[in-house]
Amino acid sequence: MNIPPISEQELHAYADDRLDAARREKVEAWLANHPDMRQTVAEWRIHNEQLHRCFDPVLDEPVPTRLAEAAIPASRFSLGLAAAIAWLAMGGAIGYQLRGAIPSQGLPPTASLARQAALAHAVFSPEVRHPVEVAAAEEAHLVAWLSKRLGAELKPPHLSGQGFELVGGRLLPGEAGPVAQFMYQDARGQRLTLYVQRDAQDSSETAFRYANESGIGVFYWLDGRFGYALSAEMQKSELLRIATVVHRQLNP
Amino acid sequence: MSRHADIVAEIPRLRRYARALTGDATRADDLVQDTLERALGKWPLWRPGNLRAWLFAIMHNLFVNQMRSPRVVDYPGDGAIPEMSTRATQTDVLELHDLARSLSLLNVDQREVLLLVGLEALSYEDTARILGVPIGTVMSRLSRGRERLRVLLAGCEPAETHLRVVK
Repeated sequence: MNIPPISEQELHAYADDRLDAARREKVEAWLANHPDMRQTVAEWRIHNEQLHRCFDPVLDEPVPTRLAEAAIPASRFSLGLAAAIAWLAMGGAIGYQLRGAIPSQGLPPTASLARQAALAHAVFSPEVRHPVEVAAAEEAHLVAWLSKRLGAELKPPHLSGQGFELVGGRLLPGEAGPVAQFMYQDARGQRLTLYVQRDAQDSSETAFRYANESGIGVFYWLDGRFGYALSAEMQKSELLRIATVVHRQLNP
Repeated sequence: MSRHADIVAEIPRLRRYARALTGDATRADDLVQDTLERALGKWPLWRPGNLRAWLFAIMHNLFVNQMRSPRVVDYPGDGAIPEMSTRATQTDVLELHDLARSLSLLNVDQREVLLLVGLEALSYEDTARILGVPIGTVMSRLSRGRERLRVLLAGCEPAETHLRVVK
């Protein structure tokens, strides 16, 4: 067998999965005849994996408040956004344990609802590895879990008629207790989140309100014991169309 | 997506890299904070493109400047390893401590390349751009860094693995 020599650079590219299929095959053929180098390359790959196992847990740590604050310029940094970031940063479990013990931030509930929902959308919708805590495949579990934590029956609306499939959901800390976030995705990968907060005050207000928070459109409304906010980066009219469907499904 | 939301979304990646680079959770987050503040200050200069690479380049420059200060201790302690998930076994934990200790023994140039390529999965081209060096330099640092890490980790192996049963 006559196999042309392989450069060390190519061996690194092989270990790092940077080669196309054709080159990869050539490198594999060469390695088959060079057991020492094969062993070395295998170790390089193991070291890459170990780096991930060692440091990937950082990705799942709650983002410290001071860092989220540092990413937002002072002129745009309102009290409500600060509060929302602080809540996000504390992490779901802590937020849940502290529910009721934290004084309210003194903002009208609907305005902060839109900001918190937009921020939760901004933080989680770009997530590739962990967009949700519980995937849609386990919908029954997702519904039971989030209903239990919010203390009321909760069902994610089905938006396949609008081209969006449920990705799953997660639990977040909100101002007055736990908040559920459902995430949807369309065929192009565009994401939509529905943020559901159990509102302290009983309200019959159902008017749709719209806010644009740093480029993220949010339709939000209060309905009985719940506050809802639908966030996405899309045209206002398109988002309104979907918000109407969500509202109708939640109030059959 | 808005630029602030874009930057917020990069924070977990910046934190992971900074933790592995500095070996200390607090110093890593200080470095991330400096990076974010510098990025906002330089924002008017930003042109649409690779936001992640731009942020990593800012972090690299800040880190290199810090390392020039004689007061800075590289990899000060055992603060690099994040809390392991409950599924991690004892062997895992020991292995990862060996890895962090070996990283601390690499020189900064090699450590940066190894982490940008091996952990952050950035292309060799982006890595070169972030570090402001030619791609050939990236490849030679990668080669030397990997060899050194291999030797260091081989030295970390528990003694019993060297014992062989002789028939």
